[in-house]
Amino acid sequence: MNKVLLIIQREYLSRVRKKAFLVTVFLVPVLLLAMYAVMFLIYKNSDELNTTRTVKVIDESGVFAGKLKSDKKIKFQNLNQPLTNAKKDLKKHEEDIVLFIPKAYGSPKAVQVLSEKKPNMSVSNAIERQLNDIATNNNMVAQGIDAEKLKNIRSDISISAKEVTESGDKESNTGALYIIGVACAIMIYLSLFIYGAQVMRGVIEEKTNRIIEVIVSSVKPFQLMLGKIIGVALVSLTQFILWILLSLAVSFIANKYFAAPQSPMLGFLEGLKNVPFGFIITCFLFYFLTGFLLYSALFAAVGSAVDSESETQQFMFPITMPLLFTYLISVTFLAQNPDSSLAFWLSVVPFTAPVAMMVRLPFDPPTWQLILSMCMMVIGFLFTTWVASRIYRVGILMYGKKASYSELVKWFFYKE
Amino acid sequence: MLSIRNIVKQYAGHTALSDVSLEVSGGQIFGLLGPNGAGKTSLIRIINQITAPDSGEIYFDGQKLNQSHIERIGYMPEERGLYKKMAIGEQIVYLARLKGLSHAEATKRIKYWFEKLQIQDWWDKKVEELSKGMQQKAQFVATVLHEPDLIILDEPFSGFDPVNAEIIKDEILELNRKGATILFSTHRMESVEELCNSIALIHKSHKILDGRVKDIRNSYRSNTFLIEYTGSKLQLNGLEAFTLINETVTEEGFSIRLQLKEGTTVNEVLQYLLPQVNITHLQEVIPSVNEIFIQNVNKIG
Repeated sequence: MNKVLLIIQREYLSRVRKKAFLVTVFLVPVLLLAMYAVMFLIYKNSDELNTTRTVKVIDESGVFAGKLKSDKKIKFQNLNQPLTNAKKDLKKHEEDIVLFIPKAYGSPKAVQVLSEKKPNMSVSNAIERQLNDIATNNNMVAQGIDAEKLKNIRSDISISAKEVTESGDKESNTGALYIIGVACAIMIYLSLFIYGAQVMRGVIEEKTNRIIEVIVSSVKPFQLMLGKIIGVALVSLTQFILWILLSLAVSFIANKYFAAPQSPMLGFLEGLKNVPFGFIITCFLFYFLTGFLLYSALFAAVGSAVDSESETQQFMFPITMPLLFTYLISVTFLAQNPDSSLAFWLSVVPFTAPVAMMVRLPFDPPTWQLILSMCMMVIGFLFTTWVASRIYRVGILMYGKKASYSELVKWFFYKE
Repeated sequence: MLSIRNIVKQYAGHTALSDVSLEVSGGQIFGLLGPNGAGKTSLIRIINQITAPDSGEIYFDGQKLNQSHIERIGYMPEERGLYKKMAIGEQIVYLARLKGLSHAEATKRIKYWFEKLQIQDWWDKKVEELSKGMQQKAQFVATVLHEPDLIILDEPFSGFDPVNAEIIKDEILELNRKGATILFSTHRMESVEELCNSIALIHKSHKILDGRVKDIRNSYRSNTFLIEYTGSKLQLNGLEAFTLINETVTEEGFSIRLQLKEGTTVNEVLQYLLPQVNITHLQEVIPSVNEIFIQNVNKIG
C-alpha cells in the first residue's frame, strides 16, 4: 500500500508542478472576472441608453396627438410644423427623433420614425406599442365599446411557475434549472475526457519510455494503474476545488466593486437562489469521481494496448460513444423531460449515469433513483477497473505488437 | 541462491519455456545464453515476478519466491528507460523508494554513486537533456542502489558505447566481489567467457546445456592442438601419432592443426616434431563458448 502512495505522490506532483496546470487553474477565474466586467459594462451602457429621448410628433391624422404618454425613456412633444422643417431641425439636435403619422396611418409602412442617430430597439418598440394600443382603443370605441369597460377588458398576464412541495409552494425557475443541469453535464462530459485522456497518455508514456518494466519489477501492474488513476483524480479534484474557491472569491470581489447588475439576468439570478448548490456540487464531485474511475480504467487499458497515441483511435470509439450519445441526448431531450423513462435508464446505467444524472439533478429526481444510480456507479467502476487491469497487466509488456480486439480478449483470459 | 525448478510458460499459440530447471549458486556471475526469442526474457520476468509461470517453482535462498524478495533483486530490463520529463536525481530516489529504501538513505547512496561515476552535476537535469550514455549510467545506478543480493541484467551491454560498457562491466565485477550474485542474459557470446563462472544455454524454450564455463569447455575438448613452426615443410606419411586436420602457410612459416590419436600425449608429438622443424607456438584448441553454442544450436536445428 505504501508503494501505491508513492506512485500517487509522483503522478500528482509531476502534473501539479506543470505550468499548464497553473495556467488553467487561474484562467477560469480570470474568464469569470471578464464575464462580470462585460456584464457591468453592458449595465453601464444600458444606463446611457436609458437617457430620455425627445420624440417630436407630427400627427397629420390627429388621432394620436396628446394621447401618447411620456415616460423615463421617451418624451413626446407635439410639433405643428411640416415634415421638411422638422427634418432640417434634426441636423441640429441629433438626439431627437421625429415621429411622422400621415392621414392614412393604417397602410403598411406609412408611419415613419426619423432621426440622425438610429433609435434603439426598445425606443422604436415602445413607440410602436403605444401607437397600436391607441389605434386599437379607437377602433373599439368606434365599434361602440365603452371606454370605461375597455380598461376592465385589458388584461396583463405573466406566468410564475411554482412547484408544489411539502414545505409549501416553491418559486421555481425552469430556465435556471435547465441551464444548471446542462452546464453540469457539459462539465462532467469534458472533464471525464480531459482527465481520462491524461491517464491514457501517462500509460503510453511509460510504455514508450520503456520505464514500465523497471517499475513493474518493483510493484504489481495493478498498483501502478491504481496509483496513476488516483493521482490524476486528485489533480482534477485540486483543480475543481481551486476553481470553486477562486470563483467564489472573484464573485465576491466583483459584487463588491461592480454594482449589482440590474438586467434581464436578474430573473435568472433570482431563480438560482432556490437551487441547492451544496447538494449539486457534492453530487457533481461524486459523479465525476466515480465516472472518472470507471472511464480512466478503460483509458488505461487502451493506453496499455498501443505503442503510440495515434494508434488509440480504434479502441477509443466504443469508449467515447456512450458518453457522447448521453451528452447529446442530455442537452436536448433529457433536460426537457427529466422524469421520462429514458432519463431513468440512462441515469442508472453506469456508463451514461454521470452525464444523465447531472442533467436531472436540479429537477429533484426521486431519492431512491439517486441512491440506485450511485450504487450502480460504484459497482460499475469496480467492474471496469477489474476488466481493465487484466488487459493492462499484459498490454504494458507487449512491445511492437499491434493489438486487435480478439487479442485484448486473449489478454483478459491470461493467467497471471 | 536461486533454484528454478521445472518452469513452464505458455503464451497463446507458443511455448516460451518448457520444463526449464536451473541452479544459480550464491556469488556467481551466471550467464543466460540463447538466440533472440529463445525464452530468456520470459524466464527473467518470471524471476522478477512480473509474470507467473504456468507450472514449476522458484526458490530464493531456500524460500519459495514471494513479494518480500522483490527488494532483494535489482533488475535492469533489456527494454529500459526513464521518465523523460523528470529530474534524474528525483527519479532515481523514486525508483529506489519503490524498492523499499527511505528517502534519506536513497539520496545518500545516489550521491555516492553519482560521484563514483562522475555524474554528480546532473542531479536536477531532466532525462531528455542527457546523452544516451549518461542515461544508461543513471539506469544502472537505479538498478543497484538498493544493494540487491541478486542483480539481473537483461542484455546489459546492448546500447552501451565501448567506454561506458567497460565502466559498467568493472562495476558489475566489483559488486560481485562484494557478494552480489549476478544473472545476466545475452546473445553475444564474447562477453561471456571473461565474465561468467557458469552459463545456461536456452534454445527454443528448452534448456540445452548448463554448468561451469570451465567444465563445459573441457567437456568439449577434442585433443586438438595448434602448432606453428618455421623451417622446411613437414613431410608426413600417415603413420604419426596424430592426424592432420589442416595446414596453412603463414608469413613466418607454417601453421598446422592436429588431433592426437588415442593414448598419445602432446609431449610425444613434440618429440617427434622437434628434430624436423623449429616450433614457435603450441596451443591446445578448446572450443569457445560461441562455438559450443553454435554447435549445439545447429545440432538441434
